[in-house]
Amino acid sequence: MNRYPFWKYLVIGAALLISFLYTLPNFFGEVPAVQVMPVRTTEKVDTALLQRVEAALKAAGIASTGVALDARGVKARFASTDTQIKAKDTLQQALGPGYTVALNLLPASPAWLSSIGALPMNLGLDLRGGVHFLLQVDMPKALEKAAERYQGDIRTLLRENKVRYTGIGREGDRVAIKFRDGVQRDAARKAIETAYQELQLEDSPSGEEFVLTGSLKKQAQVKTQEYALQQNLTTLRNRVNELGVAEPVIQQQGIDRVVVQLPGVQDTAKAKEILGRTATLEIRMVDEERMQDATAVQAAAAGQAPFGTELFYERDGRPVLVKKNVVLTGDYITDAQPGFDNQTNQAAVHVNLDGRGARIFKNVTRENVGKRMAILLIEKGKTEVVTAPVIREEIGGGRVQITGMDSPQEASDVALLLRAGALAAPMEIVEERTVGPSLGADNIQRGVNSTLIGFAIVAVFMAVYYQLFGIISVLALATNLFLLVALLSMMQATLTLPGIAGIALTLGMAIDANVIIAERIREELRLGNSPQAAMAAGYERAWDTILDSNVTTLIAGVALFWLGSGPVRGFAVTLCLGILTSMFSAVMVSRAMVNLSYGRVKRLTKVSI
Amino acid sequence: MIELFHPKRDIPFMRFARSTIYVSIFFIVASIVLLATKGLNLGVDFTGGTVMEVSYPHPADVAGIRATLGKAGYPEVSVQNFGTSRDVLVRLPVKAGVTSAQLSEKVLLVLKQADASVLLKRVEFVGPQVGNELFADGALALLVVSIGIALYLALRFEWRFAVGAIFATAHDIFIVLGAFSLFQWEFSLTVLAAVLAIMGYSVNDTVVVFDRIRENFKKTRSDNVAAIMDNAKTATLSRTIITSGTTQLMVLSMLFLGGEVLYGFALALTIGIVVGTYSSVLVASPIVMWLGVSREDFIKKAVKPESGAMV
Repeated sequence: MNRYPFWKYLVIGAALLISFLYTLPNFFGEVPAVQVMPVRTTEKVDTALLQRVEAALKAAGIASTGVALDARGVKARFASTDTQIKAKDTLQQALGPGYTVALNLLPASPAWLSSIGALPMNLGLDLRGGVHFLLQVDMPKALEKAAERYQGDIRTLLRENKVRYTGIGREGDRVAIKFRDGVQRDAARKAIETAYQELQLEDSPSGEEFVLTGSLKKQAQVKTQEYALQQNLTTLRNRVNELGVAEPVIQQQGIDRVVVQLPGVQDTAKAKEILGRTATLEIRMVDEERMQDATAVQAAAAGQAPFGTELFYERDGRPVLVKKNVVLTGDYITDAQPGFDNQTNQAAVHVNLDGRGARIFKNVTRENVGKRMAILLIEKGKTEVVTAPVIREEIGGGRVQITGMDSPQEASDVALLLRAGALAAPMEIVEERTVGPSLGADNIQRGVNSTLIGFAIVAVFMAVYYQLFGIISVLALATNLFLLVALLSMMQATLTLPGIAGIALTLGMAIDANVIIAERIREELRLGNSPQAAMAAGYERAWDTILDSNVTTLIAGVALFWLGSGPVRGFAVTLCLGILTSMFSAVMVSRAMVNLSYGRVKRLTKVSI
Repeated sequence: MIELFHPKRDIPFMRFARSTIYVSIFFIVASIVLLATKGLNLGVDFTGGTVMEVSYPHPADVAGIRATLGKAGYPEVSVQNFGTSRDVLVRLPVKAGVTSAQLSEKVLLVLKQADASVLLKRVEFVGPQVGNELFADGALALLVVSIGIALYLALRFEWRFAVGAIFATAHDIFIVLGAFSLFQWEFSLTVLAAVLAIMGYSVNDTVVVFDRIRENFKKTRSDNVAAIMDNAKTATLSRTIITSGTTQLMVLSMLFLGGEVLYGFALALTIGIVVGTYSSVLVASPIVMWLGVSREDFIKKAVKPESGAMV
């Protein structure tokens, strides 16, 4: 009766083999590496970059133990940290400021393990050191900004429609327009309703004056907020890239928050400065006359720009002489999308300007047909010419089409830059957790040590108290640890210190199932049952108890995961997975071992329990 | 065979039921009074504020650090040693109007000017709004876990068992919280996680006893509920003590070797496992008995073919 069919051994064997394979990468440690990423997230990572990296390393005579390309960039491994640092400097010089070169650690597990997806667990910030920020996007500000734009747009609209109003102002996220009589107000309402369907208009009686207030409809508000958050995420990604962090995490949390995790970053002051920085966009005219004069350009390159102009460079390195007078700033841009020119089918970027911006733009383009205008991005004190297209005709209505891009890819890059240059709404740090690298290493050691020492004491006790059955229980418990680590590695879960605590706690509780079984078998023996029958009954009867007691703990674990944040979640994940693996290991694996030891013994008279 | 807990006769637990429940009620009331008067020493996770862990290569001058920071414009700062004499924990409350997360940098600058050898090991800053949310989420989690467990037990056992288990669990939670209030240990997010884990553990422990009571009800012809329960508890006593012992070993190992971050977590669990073991044997089942559970409640179920009862 204590025999398993062959397939059950097969299942257990397969589970053990798989869990062993997936636990393995965690033991190989890490090798120093350098990671190369383009500063702009929109830039492609391809084999050309890989070849440039290889060539640069070869030229400098630095030996790499492997250069590989992945979705985020190129990673080169080195034998020692000395060569790693040398390689970093070499690569940064060779590739220029367009690329971020960061120090990183890569798993040292052999390639065949990586190829089956067996990778080590990620370590949380509390274990490897680093910074965690939670940023809150100021959504009321985003709505106020939108209202500001509508204020200008409505002013232009009413003037175009020859509707007379006495005043237009903004109260929070609402635009209030005052009229002398009801007729004008109704006319305005009609004009605004057709032009801006996303606005909710209300007449409000305020003494003698006729007031019309407009606010964004609920749906449009949600859209504005989503847009603001997406734009902030994009901007943050671009900025974090400059920090040279190997594996940053930038994620949306809830509807108005962003999590930024920067492993390995110690200089929090610099990180905060860069995250909080504002970038600006400017549109200026190109000084065409002086551009004709080669000596003027040369003089400008030498630092002697002609009076009233400045010299900037396009992304491909061509110099452009730009007038100092700013035509428009990025504040006037409401949206920028990639697309195509209707007539020529060329790649283009469609930019929407707000009311005031549209008027200025109309005037400037009328006066400068045939000349070039430059769109400048100013960030971190550096100015770059995004594009410098030729004005073909007067442009009214605030819808601007910029052509001259080589490909649809470049068009979408430019659109993103135009949108992402600045934050859509201000952000504030509402949570910060910084862990120094020495503390991180300490935390790992303490967590692992306390777990192993606890495990060892429990193992000794079990072996002494329950003898052979105790040893089987300890082996089952060890299997449980393997299964748990393998599962966490497979899921690429992030291991945190509370996560380690969860592992320790589940190990302590997992032995419970074996204790229940052992006590049950002893009871059956005391009742005078034969050893074989006692063992079979022990496992059978204990199962109900084990199931009930584990399900209740699982309920607590799931609730923790659902409602917990940060450290609590890491604990909940290991607790829940640990319960599942412990049920398998304590019941199936230990039974298999019992069956293998006793199942085939005829006339068994004594059990070591 | 080594047997530490195998009494020859059933231990008459239920005879002491009245006294054990009185003891429990006393502790619960005392805990509630403590929580109402002294309250919990909530950590920055819930109140908002800044905590900095710094270390010096030599024993730190706590009074000196406090004076330096006081002079620099941070009079409300709390400075204390923890772990070793070289490690210092600096706490700064949330200031009205000051939302800047850069407070920690300014403080570190002041400390560096006073003693350049200071090393920053850890910073935690939590805004007051986030703190409130974390607290609300924690309270909600406690409620959801209680309801979930009660439903499961009502389904698998009987409603009286669900009530008994929830009472026993609430008993454990109150006493752990009461201890944290009495000694004013810091109540952080990880301690909250420990409290929820205690709920899981305590119910787990109670369910094992309940399971045996249910089994006894199905087997026996006797109507003596107290005797049935005593028999179940005596039969599972060995398991109860050994399991809580092994779990306690793991937790104690964490308490002594796990370091500052895990200390509060392990401390809560240490207390929780002791009271959880007590309540699952001496608190949960008397309540089930007084609620009027009887053999008939299970015989009805035993008639159903799928339960496969063996008599």
